[in-house]
Amino acid sequence: MSAWLSGWRLVIAFVGTVIVVPAAGLVLTWVDRFVSARVQWRKGPPFYQPFADVLKLLLKQTIVPTGAARTVFLFAPLVGIAGMSLVAVMLFYSNLGVVVAQRTSFVGDIIVILYSFALVPLAFIIGASASRNPVAAVGASREMTLYLGYELPFVLALLVPIVKVAQKWDVASALRLGGLIAYQQQFGPFLYSISGVIAAIIILFVIQAKLGYVPFDIPEAEQEIMSGVIVEYSGAPLAAFRITRAMMFVLLPLFLLTVLWGGIGDWWAILKFLLIVVLVVLMKNTNPRLTIHQALTFFWFILAPLGIVGLVLAFIGL
Amino acid sequence: MKDLRVWGLKKSPWVYHLAAASCNNCDIEILELLTPRYDVERFGAVLVGSPRHADALLVTGVINRKSLPRVLEVYEQTPKPCLVIAIGTCACNCHIFRNSYNAVGPYDKYIPVNAYIPGCPPKPEAMIMGIVKALSKL
Repeated sequence: MSAWLSGWRLVIAFVGTVIVVPAAGLVLTWVDRFVSARVQWRKGPPFYQPFADVLKLLLKQTIVPTGAARTVFLFAPLVGIAGMSLVAVMLFYSNLGVVVAQRTSFVGDIIVILYSFALVPLAFIIGASASRNPVAAVGASREMTLYLGYELPFVLALLVPIVKVAQKWDVASALRLGGLIAYQQQFGPFLYSISGVIAAIIILFVIQAKLGYVPFDIPEAEQEIMSGVIVEYSGAPLAAFRITRAMMFVLLPLFLLTVLWGGIGDWWAILKFLLIVVLVVLMKNTNPRLTIHQALTFFWFILAPLGIVGLVLAFIGL
Repeated sequence: MKDLRVWGLKKSPWVYHLAAASCNNCDIEILELLTPRYDVERFGAVLVGSPRHADALLVTGVINRKSLPRVLEVYEQTPKPCLVIAIGTCACNCHIFRNSYNAVGPYDKYIPVNAYIPGCPPKPEAMIMGIVKALSKL
């Protein structure tokens, strides 16, 4: 643990992270809606719109449907928020202690982050299954299938920087976020190589799918299965799900920046971050929804072979 | 607390489109509200897919014997600070179906209605005005 982040400073950093990340996520949700509005040639909502939405939902009545598993139904949204808070703290912790980057993280924290991101679809699946609604059950099964689809290319893409660090530098720091950042500070970002570009493309699509944005909004297709997984949620739990999505919208691009594009230690990171966000929003606005079968085919038979190609290139050293 | 709640409701009225039995005319005009031309998303209004997420029910058409239980069920499923806005003359007072054998009457006989927007169909401007008046009475 670095010296400036210990004791009560650590507590403040934790609380700050857990407050700042949802706020930033809600602002980013506004950026998403604003850019979408401009793409469709209209004005778009004011910047406080997501805050008004969440505030209203928090103060509204919460209905638990008859026959639902009450405790599970109400606790599922918290699982997602907990996972995202964990990711937030770990990401900022390994990124902002750049001076001693290698020591600010533990071996295998990439794996922990990988599975913490999986807590969000898990929360959606648990909540939907607990709600005793057939439409939510359809959404949950789609969420499961989609997760199975994008996790394989995601892991393959993450293996690219890990293999590079392990081959060229140090096996012990290959599985650490801090190790990846330190490597990039020394030798330049992974993105400026062929395998890095392939990994970035794959992770961009995976971000889209993890956020549930339009080509992959299959689990909560509003026009088709009435918001699917969250159909029975109202009031505060629904607000919790929206906050989870907002936090993900901050953390996934940050994660891409950290593992492939040189970390978030300098001011350029803000521009890179906004570039990724705008790319995601534009992708959302220019695509129709896929069916679950098309999404699975895309992830398994197009992106996964691409990821294997990237991995082979990383082994060769390109 | 109360002020915050009213502010939130005013700034983000999510609408659910409840067509009881209509000729689709009012429905088409409601959908026009969401197009770039009228763009009610700039006031925070979003069309949601489930009554659980809704703050305002936009009801159209005259209720008949078959649709009455469904309408009541959807109203009960909506979490409670919720507005009901009757759109179109059919929803306000049954219009030409008043003496029909299967029309069971306008909405305010069964659920509390916050705003009436007459017209066959009403203009989108009239709908925006009606919703704004209903919200400002909160």
